[in-house]
Amino acid sequence: MDILTQQLINGLVLGSIYALVALGYTMVYGILELINFAHGEVTMFGAMICLAVIGALAANGAETNGLLIVALGLLAAIAVCMAIGFLIERIAYRPLRRAPRLAALITAIGMSIVLQNAAMLIWGKQYISFPPLLPLTRYEIGGAVITNLQIFIMILSCLLMAGLLLLIKRTRLGRAMRATAQAQDIAGLMGINVNTIISVTFVIGAALAAVAGVMVSAYYGLAHYFMGFTLGLKAFTAAVLGGIGNIAGAMLGGLLLGLIESFGAGYIGALTGGFLGSHYQDVFAFFVLILVLVFRPSGLLGERVVERA
Amino acid sequence: MNGSPLSKWTLCLVAVGLSLGACGKKEESATATMTGELTVRIGQVSPLTGPQAHLGKDNDNGARLAIDEINASGVTLGGKKVKFVLVSEDDQADPKFATIVADKLIDQKVAGVIGHLNSGTSIPASKRYHEAGIPQISPSATAIAYTAQGFKTAFRIMTNDRQQGKVLGEYAVKKLGAKRIAIIDDRTAYGQGLADEVDKAVKASGGEVIAREFTTDRSTDFLAILTSIKAKKPDLVFYGGMDAQGAPMVKQLHSLGIKAKFLGGDGVQTAEFLKLAATQAESVTASSPGLPIESMPGGKEFKQKFTDRFGAIQTYAPYAYDAAMTMVDAMKKADSAVPAKYLTELPRVQRTGVTGNISFDEKGDVRGGAITLYQVKAGKWEVLETVMGDAGAVPAEPKK
Repeated sequence: MDILTQQLINGLVLGSIYALVALGYTMVYGILELINFAHGEVTMFGAMICLAVIGALAANGAETNGLLIVALGLLAAIAVCMAIGFLIERIAYRPLRRAPRLAALITAIGMSIVLQNAAMLIWGKQYISFPPLLPLTRYEIGGAVITNLQIFIMILSCLLMAGLLLLIKRTRLGRAMRATAQAQDIAGLMGINVNTIISVTFVIGAALAAVAGVMVSAYYGLAHYFMGFTLGLKAFTAAVLGGIGNIAGAMLGGLLLGLIESFGAGYIGALTGGFLGSHYQDVFAFFVLILVLVFRPSGLLGERVVERA
Repeated sequence: MNGSPLSKWTLCLVAVGLSLGACGKKEESATATMTGELTVRIGQVSPLTGPQAHLGKDNDNGARLAIDEINASGVTLGGKKVKFVLVSEDDQADPKFATIVADKLIDQKVAGVIGHLNSGTSIPASKRYHEAGIPQISPSATAIAYTAQGFKTAFRIMTNDRQQGKVLGEYAVKKLGAKRIAIIDDRTAYGQGLADEVDKAVKASGGEVIAREFTTDRSTDFLAILTSIKAKKPDLVFYGGMDAQGAPMVKQLHSLGIKAKFLGGDGVQTAEFLKLAATQAESVTASSPGLPIESMPGGKEFKQKFTDRFGAIQTYAPYAYDAAMTMVDAMKKADSAVPAKYLTELPRVQRTGVTGNISFDEKGDVRGGAITLYQVKAGKWEVLETVMGDAGAVPAEPKK
């Protein structure tokens, strides 16, 4: 039983990180019907910038408060990632907004490669360690263990997601975003600055990605220029699973995917009698992606998209 | 037809083909210049990009140091002064790239190859070198399969996994007192090979393997695997794989509150592991083939030379250095850098390198290699003990 609880905790923490990243995919898709494949790399940049700032602060003897240093790193990561998100849209997507969708897909992949290589040039090819600034406390729940970091990751993810939902459902900006998603041209005619709204969408998505990137690197204790790739693909899968374009769907998809991976890797060996092993952990996400695309292409919460006339 | 794109392209292709052919010829003859100086290319292959780039660069630097020293000392083969050139290639620790890079080096007519770093890349590449008749000395591939293929071109300077796995498994049960042992590996030729040998040795020593779990050499999330291991109450977790996975694994063991000891092979016994695992690295035990650098015959001197020029040694640099030195040694004995000629001298090499005495057994494995066990104490790898190996005594097909 304690093992079941433990896998549940592992899965929920992993899932809440996936959900945060998935939000970026789903928001951009909702508004532009474009898969922003550079989103995973924004996550990676978040982690790397946070680590760079932490490293610089720690090197200058600012060891007074670990939590403060991490918070400063996080803020810097968010700021830089927001700028990156804004620039990605301006440079790679806006000039191609009226072009065939394939062109935008190609620039998205190109952007992802550019960001990856930029990170490789800046920080090198090695794994970078997250310094042990945060004291780790373990709590026992019925035989399972949860750390303060895990609790913090889940709470922060929930807060951010709730905040995003409120922003979209309750504010003028949110209404403008929904209107733009529904019909860009008509939203423009109604006096909404579509370009601004699209930029805002990218910037919010990038901010969430930055937080997710910092959480991943703190959770696993390291960061690497390539880390955004797999994370991005999995978050994309989560977005598709939940129904791409649907905000609540991205959250649900993220959590579900985290749980599937956790339980899958934990039990596949025992279930298949050792025929399939736990190294298939990364495969589950893509297996899920295929299943969803075959049986429910619109995802769990997604509505069938009617082709516009 | 005249002027149609097709015929134009065909012409172009023919022209390119012709000029390439001409280039190849020119290069071949250019190895001996007017002044009578001979240029000999020696290949070096390791992952120069990707997560293992720090190790790859280390090997590259080790071989480079050797080649520069050899050039400075002035070698003459067949009456001609020789200039050695190190051709470094990046296989990204990926078996797919390993064969591509091997073909590239063969095309460039290298006289020999130092590498590859990983077992997973050395094995597929060794087939190409074997077909081309080019001698290969790996400084760091430890998988048994590498020299078990019967290729007379494949040598290694490091003790193999049978020896290391045996020592690790026995050490876990007899010295660390672990009864219930969980084994995880990264499913690479290295990780899997080592884990299999540890598995055997644990059972032979009276220990129990309570779990065999697997991950990949790119993962960072082991919580699911460790959770299912936790249920089986292990005394010790062995990981067959590299530092970039070993370090987060140790951290996650701690965060799950698993009290088991952690044991690793030479992929874990690195400076990088200490950096990545930070405070959690404490009391981790890991082995490394060979002697600790301080106990190597030429260790102190090498360390000084290397750190002055390149900075800290990661792991295998002295072995890459010795591999290059050994290769050139055989060339000197044969008085030729022609692979077919000095290849017959390689199995007869007898020399004291930086890392110890170097001679090869009938399979191409180094004779009597040692295994050293280390433990992290106060953030540093401290030597526990060195076990002298019997790698040369492993029964094998005679090398033709």
